[in-house]
Amino acid sequence: MEPFFHRYKNVLALGAVLFAQFLVLAAQIKKPAETGTPLLRIWALEIVLPVERGIVHTQEWVHDSWNNYFYLRNVRRENESLRQQLEQTRLQQVRLQEDANQARRIQILLGFKEQFIHKTIAAQVIGTSGSERSQIIYIDKGSNDGIKPDMAVITPEGVVGKVLSVYPSSAQVLEITDPTSGVGAVLTSSRLHGILKGTVGGTESTLNNVMMDEKVNVGDELITSGGDRIFPKGLPIGKVSRVAPGKDLFLDIRVRPSAPLDQVEEVLVITDTELQAPDPKDLGPIRAIDILAQRLPGLPPKPPEGAPNAQGTPAQGAAAPNTGAATPGNTSAPAAGSAVVKPSTTATPASGGAAVTKPNPTPGSTGAGASTAKPTTTAAKPSGTTTTNKPAVLPAATGTAQNATGAQTPARKVSPPGAGTAQGTQPSATQPKPPVKQPSAPAQTAPAPKPQTAPKPATTEAAPPQGQ
Amino acid sequence: MAKLVYDSRDQVEVYRFSWPVTFLLPATALILQAFLPVRARTLNIVDLPLLVTIFFAVSRRNPISGLATGAVLGLAQDALTHLPLGVCGIAKTLIGYIASSLGARIDVENPGSRFLMTFAFYLVHNAIYIFILRGLANQPLGFHWAHEMIAALVNGLLAVIVFAALDPLKLRE
Repeated sequence: MEPFFHRYKNVLALGAVLFAQFLVLAAQIKKPAETGTPLLRIWALEIVLPVERGIVHTQEWVHDSWNNYFYLRNVRRENESLRQQLEQTRLQQVRLQEDANQARRIQILLGFKEQFIHKTIAAQVIGTSGSERSQIIYIDKGSNDGIKPDMAVITPEGVVGKVLSVYPSSAQVLEITDPTSGVGAVLTSSRLHGILKGTVGGTESTLNNVMMDEKVNVGDELITSGGDRIFPKGLPIGKVSRVAPGKDLFLDIRVRPSAPLDQVEEVLVITDTELQAPDPKDLGPIRAIDILAQRLPGLPPKPPEGAPNAQGTPAQGAAAPNTGAATPGNTSAPAAGSAVVKPSTTATPASGGAAVTKPNPTPGSTGAGASTAKPTTTAAKPSGTTTTNKPAVLPAATGTAQNATGAQTPARKVSPPGAGTAQGTQPSATQPKPPVKQPSAPAQTAPAPKPQTAPKPATTEAAPPQGQ
Repeated sequence: MAKLVYDSRDQVEVYRFSWPVTFLLPATALILQAFLPVRARTLNIVDLPLLVTIFFAVSRRNPISGLATGAVLGLAQDALTHLPLGVCGIAKTLIGYIASSLGARIDVENPGSRFLMTFAFYLVHNAIYIFILRGLANQPLGFHWAHEMIAALVNGLLAVIVFAALDPLKLRE
């Protein structure tokens, strides 16, 4: 027996080592969740990562010392260049701020909520997996710093990946170019949704689940869709680098990441996001029209529920001018000149005003204020006719008001989207000239601005007009 | 002209390594393998632990120590990835065993044979790796011949340089 073992000891040793590793492999594949982090993995990281952290921090210190104290030759020229860039950026910022404010107003109108990045932690990349087949990086922040699995990791340029495993002072990040990763993505040009997955080699990703009949162009930008519940919506992911017919009626779309994944050194870990509606206080400077809307006559305060006159008081029946207008600081949603109307309610047209909101409103509401905001909203028409009216979910606060007032007040100028005017008040007396002139429409057919969503038609009974 | 294949009359030289080299060289290879791609991701086509495994195996010419070196380095490499432990371990165990067995039969001091040996071992290693990962671990993984050949070429050329640099660390038995 002994000669057998002696003769075949090499082969037996090989068999034993391979068998042991196959067992370990099988155990991990069978119960990946239960096995947790293997001890061997922790040991290896305990050996490798401290050394790498030391190298990176030393390198950083030397680099900073050299750049900040010794190598200042081009600073003056660079400073001048940056100053010029700053001037240009300021000009761009003005325009972008306007766009952003407009977008927020629309979000408020739609009762839109989005994830805001609430808190981030900056971390330094101290290592990689060292393998082409595992697009992993290690960062120098871990559970001691509040990092948890599945947190999003980004750079200012775009998405990097998500936290996969967390250790006390380091964390493992799976990049979006790894074949096992997945990110919900949207093409900004066409708003097509897809799932971004990594490819072998890890330099590019593929956008899956886009049908072949869709139009996708090289250079189209991708942002996160927020559907994966890891990455907040709207973060840049990358650009389409190649489009070709793929398998099973889907396009083969290659995406080059925006973030420099092959050289990323510092990242931000999103540790906290908050789901909230945009704050109307953040809408920028107060405009003249908002101030004017505040000065318009108000309505008495809303009586308590269950009061004798609860069958619809004037105050309830219609939105007051000062509440309906887009008043900065008015946090009641939907703001910006609209009052929420419940479906199938009896609408009371106000004098020259729009509409209307609560069930069983009383006539006589002289209120103004544009109504609507919800897709099922119906603007009232005067003259007591029963109509089925397609509501407008507005890009502007003026749409429904024009619907309602249009019957009484023919063509008038309409504010641009988001103007938040106090519609429904005496147009000639109180309404200032809006900045943008739009084609007027006949009274009966005055359409609301093009609906953004598919509204449900609702039948509305309009009470006789009052207070004209 | 140097002989590439030994016959029974040739004395095969067996080397050993000091303890610091035995531990520090693999550890350095692992650290560099994980650190270098931070600055340039393309550097991860280089497989330094594989080169160290081959170097130790062909120098010692002992299959058991060769497979042990391969197993330890492979498992340590697995530990740095998010893939199951054992994938790279099995591949490097086999390479360590084959390299040490082969080292007893061919001249591994010649730069040409070192290049060819590393070139072939790299391809075999990756073939085993991909087979295990796709066949057993069911991981999504592709195989691009052109890329693998270029990577094998790079590793083969690097092996010639690295092995020559490490030769002074060898101790004659």
